[in-house]
Amino acid sequence: MTKRIVLGAIAILLVLASAYASFFIAPEERTMGVIQRIFYFHVASAWAGFSAFLVCFIGNLLYVWKRAQKYDWLAVSGAEVGLAFTTVVLITGPIWAHPVWGIWWTWDARLTSTFVLWLLYVSYLLLRTLVEEPDRRALLSSLFGIFAFIDVPLVFGAIRWWRTQHPQPVIAGGQGSGLEPTMKAVFFFSAFAMHVFMAFLVAERYALEKMQTETDFLAREVEAQ
Amino acid sequence: MKNLDSVFAAYAIGWGVFFVFYLTIAKRTSNLRAELDRLKNSLPRAK
Repeated sequence: MTKRIVLGAIAILLVLASAYASFFIAPEERTMGVIQRIFYFHVASAWAGFSAFLVCFIGNLLYVWKRAQKYDWLAVSGAEVGLAFTTVVLITGPIWAHPVWGIWWTWDARLTSTFVLWLLYVSYLLLRTLVEEPDRRALLSSLFGIFAFIDVPLVFGAIRWWRTQHPQPVIAGGQGSGLEPTMKAVFFFSAFAMHVFMAFLVAERYALEKMQTETDFLAREVEAQ
Repeated sequence: MKNLDSVFAAYAIGWGVFFVFYLTIAKRTSNLRAELDRLKNSLPRAK
């Protein structure tokens, strides 16, 4: 509990510092102007969301292999937190796109694969509500979660493999891509802050899932008395 | 500055989503803690 409070305090300080850096330290982009500052929040949230889905994927694999409940708790925590981050990505993206592209949304490879990713993890969480027996629920959702994670590399690669309305990558994009050094430093700091915040949310959600299992166990014991 | 309102909207809505998500976790945790305490108290009486 104390560790989670400390982690939460550190995460809040880091995200506040990253917001300050995004507005006051990063230089203004020449062609897009001030709207480009959404980049530090939008892309950092997307990376943190991918990492949360990776946590879910690892939890799913470990559950299928070891059948220990703690891995199922980890997986559902990663899925829910990843979904929150992806929701933020799907909201901030159109707010950035509208003044720059003149449209809120287009069904290009990056945007569509991100929306599909969101739908896949909504389905993952819905599936968990449909199966009551805990072991069966954990196994079925693990198998579905392993399948759902296939979309993460597709989202990452969409702007590298296909021509899209979405801009080409500025980080790890190969020749001709890149960011001004201060922008790059602010971006990596923002991504780090978002990852700490994501870790805090996963820890909170994991504690909740663990408590839920304890409550269910105790409820069965009381019923049996 | 052009589009500054859109930047603030993106940050405000984004952090709003995180805040609401955290509130749902906190609310569920608080409800479960109350339920857990109730069950723990009822267990010795059942015995």
